[in-house]
Amino acid sequence: MAPSFREVLKSGKFVITSEIGPPKGTNIEKMLHHIELLKDEVDALNVTDHQSSVMRFPSIGGCLAIKEQGGEPILQVTCRDRNRLALQAEFLFAYTRGIRNVLCLTGDAVVVGDHKAAKGVFDLDSAQLLKTIRQMEAGKDLGGNDLDGTVEFCAGAIVTPEANPLEPQLIKFEKKIEAGAEFFQTQAIYDLDKFAKFMEYARQFPVKILAGIILLVSARMAKYMTDNVPGVSVPQNLIDELAAAPKGEAINKGIEIAGRMIATIKKESMCDGVHVMAIGKEEVVPSILKAAGLAS
Amino acid sequence: MKSITKQKTFEEIERQLEGFDRVYIAGCGTCATMTKTGGREEVLAMKERLQELGKLVTGWTVIPTACDEMTEVAIKENNGAIQSASCILVMACALGVHKLSTYIDKPTMPALDTLFIGVEDDPGCFQEVCAQCGQCVLGETAGICPLTACHKGLLNGPCGGTNNGKCEVDKEKDCAWTLIYQRLEQQGRLDLMRKYHSPRDYNVAPRPRTAKIT
Repeated sequence: MAPSFREVLKSGKFVITSEIGPPKGTNIEKMLHHIELLKDEVDALNVTDHQSSVMRFPSIGGCLAIKEQGGEPILQVTCRDRNRLALQAEFLFAYTRGIRNVLCLTGDAVVVGDHKAAKGVFDLDSAQLLKTIRQMEAGKDLGGNDLDGTVEFCAGAIVTPEANPLEPQLIKFEKKIEAGAEFFQTQAIYDLDKFAKFMEYARQFPVKILAGIILLVSARMAKYMTDNVPGVSVPQNLIDELAAAPKGEAINKGIEIAGRMIATIKKESMCDGVHVMAIGKEEVVPSILKAAGLAS
Repeated sequence: MKSITKQKTFEEIERQLEGFDRVYIAGCGTCATMTKTGGREEVLAMKERLQELGKLVTGWTVIPTACDEMTEVAIKENNGAIQSASCILVMACALGVHKLSTYIDKPTMPALDTLFIGVEDDPGCFQEVCAQCGQCVLGETAGICPLTACHKGLLNGPCGGTNNGKCEVDKEKDCAWTLIYQRLEQQGRLDLMRKYHSPRDYNVAPRPRTAKIT
């Protein structure tokens, strides 16, 4: 039997995860294709939960598809759309279907998405959600009632190593660890010197850190991310590098940059692995891994 | 403390008044006067517009404080004009609409939307600082309510959407948790931010909430 994701994390190998974005609608062909393409290239695949508050096919559906295809899913669960009853029920269901990894997130605000009039729930937050898992593992639900059959999850969370101000995020990071987080996938990082500083601090905790790598497909995207995505800052030299790429070649430059960063992170043992996000361009993830010298 | 309101669009007011040709208008001399949504001037302007629409305005008043018990007296004083109207258009917050509807046996229509209970920090600038949750945590959050001031109402610190001290939903809006962090740091009480808060008890006072002072 293949080792569990938790075992992989503990093994000391350089861990690679990536991400699947479910479709808006019932046409899951592309998602299934991405799963097929990536499942054997990585140690586990996240499935996003209405990413950016845009209504989509559910994370749990994508995770089941990954299971069916023999991959290892990480169920992303946000607190935005469900109260504590629905969240616990999701964990019960996921567990019975063989899902063993959960990434606990607060979730984006409803108004950034495509159902702006919807009610944001946030009955729990990410730290409380992590703690919920640990309480359910101990056999109790949040109401203090006994569970007939418990769950067991390798639970993760996210952290933004380049947030400004940083300290409030680090306090939250530590709270998530105390609440039961075993691994962290970081917000996209582009400045490895800054990331190295974060790792100096983060290394004191008994958690695994996977550096977030988001594929840049153009100089425009890099600038947009710097200006609009919290805690993301693409250094000017990378923007210049993308801008200098011949027309239509920027994505290849982005693949090269992502591969180079991953290779450096691995070579210098900066952290425990990487989480590669190629939002909407999942088919190029194997090329990124190849550029990093990691392709199987 | 003020009940902060905004006037509904005239189209919506017109829609509510469909089928009611005789209208009595009641404003409020307290919050709605201060927010310029239901004071004397706004009531008179509304009267003009309704008349232009072909409505008959049987009378109008600005009740000193529409949500208190003196409202009953004000209603009695204006009983003739009220009785000859087919509905009452209330230019007060929802508390005023509620109060008036208990004294008048005619349809009461809100001309305003009640937004929040707020304080005036700068002249003309109102802010929602309390959500009346029934479980005050201000002692641990340096006087800033995370439930109210944080868009997501988070109790355990900032989300990942905060950027340069601002909120992910509005680049002009301060991130509540950055403010809490700054104040707690100043007070040398950052340890409070490390404290884990359990999920809230939404049943601390079952809705609708009531209180009896004895």
